[in-house]
Amino acid sequence: MTPLTAHLLVAALLFAIGLAGALTRRNAILVLIGIELMLNAANLNFIAFWRYSPHPEALTGMMFAIFSIAVAAAEAAVGLGLVIAIHRHLHSTDLDQMNRMKG
Amino acid sequence: MTEALASYPETMTCCATLATRLLWIVPVAPMVAAGIIALLKQPYRKTAQMLAIGSMVLSLAISLFAFSYTVGGWMQGVTIRETVNFPWLHFGTTAVELGWILDPLAAVMLVMVSFVGLLIFIYSSGYMAHDENATRFFCFLALFAGAMLGLVISNSLLLLFMCWELMGLTSYLLIGFWYFKPSAAAAAKKAFLTTRVGDIFFLLGIVWLFAQTGTLLFYNNGAGSIEHSALALLLAQPAALGLSAATAIGLLLFAGAVGKSGQLPLHVWLPDAMEGPTPVSALIHAATMVAAGVYLIARVYPLMQAGALTGGTTTALTVVTWVGASTAVFAALIAVAQNDIKRILAYSTVSQLGYMMAGLGMGGVAIGIFHLITHAFFKALLFMGAGSVIHGCHEEQDVRKMGGLKADMPITFITYAAGMLALAGVIPFAGFWSKDGILEAAFTWKLSNVPFFMLVFGALLTAFYMTRQVSYVFFGYWRGHKTAHESPAVMTMPLVILALFAGILGFFGTPAWPWFRAFLEGHAAPFEPGILLEPELAILMGVSTLVVMVGIVAGWRIYGEKSPAASEPDALEKAMPGVWKFLSNRMYVDELYEVTFIRFYSWWGKVADVLDRRVWGGAVAAVMALTALLARINRSFDTTFVNGGFDKTCEELATSGGLLARVQSGRVQSYLRILAAAVVALAVILVWSSRP
Repeated sequence: MTPLTAHLLVAALLFAIGLAGALTRRNAILVLIGIELMLNAANLNFIAFWRYSPHPEALTGMMFAIFSIAVAAAEAAVGLGLVIAIHRHLHSTDLDQMNRMKG
Repeated sequence: MTEALASYPETMTCCATLATRLLWIVPVAPMVAAGIIALLKQPYRKTAQMLAIGSMVLSLAISLFAFSYTVGGWMQGVTIRETVNFPWLHFGTTAVELGWILDPLAAVMLVMVSFVGLLIFIYSSGYMAHDENATRFFCFLALFAGAMLGLVISNSLLLLFMCWELMGLTSYLLIGFWYFKPSAAAAAKKAFLTTRVGDIFFLLGIVWLFAQTGTLLFYNNGAGSIEHSALALLLAQPAALGLSAATAIGLLLFAGAVGKSGQLPLHVWLPDAMEGPTPVSALIHAATMVAAGVYLIARVYPLMQAGALTGGTTTALTVVTWVGASTAVFAALIAVAQNDIKRILAYSTVSQLGYMMAGLGMGGVAIGIFHLITHAFFKALLFMGAGSVIHGCHEEQDVRKMGGLKADMPITFITYAAGMLALAGVIPFAGFWSKDGILEAAFTWKLSNVPFFMLVFGALLTAFYMTRQVSYVFFGYWRGHKTAHESPAVMTMPLVILALFAGILGFFGTPAWPWFRAFLEGHAAPFEPGILLEPELAILMGVSTLVVMVGIVAGWRIYGEKSPAASEPDALEKAMPGVWKFLSNRMYVDELYEVTFIRFYSWWGKVADVLDRRVWGGAVAAVMALTALLARINRSFDTTFVNGGFDKTCEELATSGGLLARVQSGRVQSYLRILAAAVVALAVILVWSSRP
């Protein structure tokens, strides 16, 4: 097993845990946490592919990961804002009750 | 176009003096008055009368100014012929030009029409005083006079035709003025339709003339349609039957004149036109309508005369002569056997118009027009006298129910007698001199003597029937119901003025001093009283006087002071019942037209009706049925296929939409679940496909 494969396996595991969390939890905040886990799994992939690429001296992978973390931070802020707004409206953070956008 | 427009003011300034430039006001004034009167309400009759009479006074003033100008020119030895022409309608490179003219002929006619017209207007204000529609009456009357004045001054055949038709319209309106009388309405229609027959030919003549010469102006500095170059062109152009185009066009124009001036065979409308109010009869029969036809021939005389050798005559003029002479005798014969005071005068008008036409045909413009002028005065006098009689006798028109009026209506009697003597042709009244001119021309006519004898016989009859009428109306004893009364001064004053002219007007055209002829033809008028004593002329005048005397004496012997009752047969009827019946039924001309033309037209109308209903109507119905069938097919196609197809599509869309709507549950996690399943599936596919 090469070090890259090991990294990728860890990242896949992390992604699976995040996905499972996002799909099974009913609390919107816990779903957001799951999504953050999946994002971080992706970041881990960026770093791993960069580190074991033929040109590790070009800092592309790291740049991508930093961007991704910044975007994730913004997304977490927006997501939490939405959850607070919905909580004010419905007095709940249960995702099963948030079904107003059905067709 | 710009060129033609630019040349207009130049024509005006270089060739027209003040008299000519003002001339357009003469017809426009009464027309404007008519327009204003048309806007007035019914009770404003005084305003209407004043407007109409005022406009005629203005026309008369300008006419007299123009007349004095032409006379002044004549005295200096210049024949005035001034025109103002302007382009009216452009098409392609050609333009139809209109214009007006001042020459001795137009000047004389203008003065006559506006003067007689003015007197008739004044008389009408008395005659129509009690009619509730007097306002409308004056509107039509003014328009009528304006149209005639426009016709007189027009220098373009087209403008002349417009005024001509305007007169046709107003005569229709005036004859049918009392439209609630069925006979008046029928007479109006008859007048309109009969003159229309002539007008069709007239229009053909106009179109032909325009096609040949490219202009409808009479005089245009050598480029007019009846000036030398155009006439030469027309003479060279052959038409059918060996006639030149000039002759054919002349005959077509004459056909128009036949309709308007009541010549055979289109005279039938004129006696019926008596259904209108009497001033209208006076206007139609004296100054305007019927004079228009004669004036037309006089105006286009160069065309009628084109191609004549020196002193000779032309086919067109020969036709004019024969039609005129036949009409003169024919109408005079019928007039003998009529009992309606206005109908007698109507047939006498037809007869006198025949004299004018014969005079034009044999003697020339001056002779025909001189009779037209004198006739206008004494016939207006006679008609207005007859109106005065009818008014005084409480709307009675049958001469057999009058009588002895000379004591009750002295002014009317004296003036009427003057008119009667003028019409009969008693020396020295106006009618004698003008009729004598025609007889003299007929006597010296080269082609035939027959017209001369016809006209002499006509003169005998004229004297006879006028004597008969006057004895019936004014002599003997009263046979009416209520007593007769004299008419008011507003009606008798015009009579007196006209009677004066009926007496003296002839002296302007005696053989001893032929001023009228000299004026129209543009040469000096010598005063030679000795010429009256020359044997040929003296004999002719003697014969004429003798004939008239025979007529008057015969009339007086048969009818004078007899006063038979209305139920009694006429004196002549006792002697010749067959002939009398034939004449009193107007020689059955109306009946002849009834069984020929009218029956043909009603048959033709029925044929057209059947064609309309069956053939054209059937074709239309077939097209309709076919269209309806196509429409039905279309509709079923629409409902089954197009609508069905759309409906099915919509249904399917709705169903599938419903299915998809179920997927969109609004639960975020279920969406995410689908996404995750898809990712997993994608991953499986990727791994599967990238197998070595």
